[in-house]
Amino acid sequence: MVYLTRKAEFSASHYYHSPEFTPEENSRVFGKCNNPNGHGHNYTLEVTVKGEVDPRSGFVVDLKQLKEIMHREVLDAMDHRFLNKEVPEFMTKVPTTENIAIAAWQRLKPRLQQAQLHRVRVYETPDLFVDFYGEE
Amino acid sequence: MKAHLTRRYRFSASHRLHSPEMSAEENLATYGKCNNPHGHGHNYALEVTVSGPVDATTGMVCNLVDLDDCVKREVLSRYHLENLNTRKEFDVTVPTTENLCIEIFEILQRSFPYAHLERVRLEETMMNSFEYTGKNAARN
Repeated sequence: MVYLTRKAEFSASHYYHSPEFTPEENSRVFGKCNNPNGHGHNYTLEVTVKGEVDPRSGFVVDLKQLKEIMHREVLDAMDHRFLNKEVPEFMTKVPTTENIAIAAWQRLKPRLQQAQLHRVRVYETPDLFVDFYGEE
Repeated sequence: MKAHLTRRYRFSASHRLHSPEMSAEENLATYGKCNNPHGHGHNYALEVTVSGPVDATTGMVCNLVDLDDCVKREVLSRYHLENLNTRKEFDVTVPTTENLCIEIFEILQRSFPYAHLERVRLEETMMNSFEYTGKNAARN
């Protein structure tokens, strides 16, 4: 079994707000991130797939295909977007880094056939990242 | 749904690697330059990984403010700009980065109640790092 990781970057804005909280609770729980005008990050998406190395091609996965899937399913939807307003998942869920990692997994998983999705890692900043390994 | 969240921190400290159980020659042979009696320092980078279900309302594993507060209070304020050898936990234990990594894991495990502590990873320099996942951890 070999693990292969591909990186991509995207930039997006978001803010944290839960309709289940009062304005005071939103402000207390989310702090500066609750500003409704939003703020932005340069995100890094790392997608790790695993599989056996194909004896003929020497590939775990065709990297070009993986790149295309990452772009089509995740970057085209999230790059240079206001996540709360433009990405369907975040009309009902808070666009935290946790939920972005889960959304990326759910978008990628059904599209990957050749190799198995192992991990999605999303960096919000170089000092903060989330790993999602699928539902356990 | 369970996710792992990792936060990175930095602190600087000095240490000297010297074991009272070894002779002066053995210490020098074992620790080399790190045995210099005057000590030396590093800029450490600390990665703390916690895990748990993503809360359906907040979208969070835990509130980062709570994690930052805990790490700053329990770890960074204890070690940043300090000489590790002067700390009581390193009275007998040699303050190698291995032992510092284990100590930080145990401190955080005692003091952070809001998510499961998965891993502490400590970089001593850009070229070496150490990880500890607890006494009974089965590696992924």
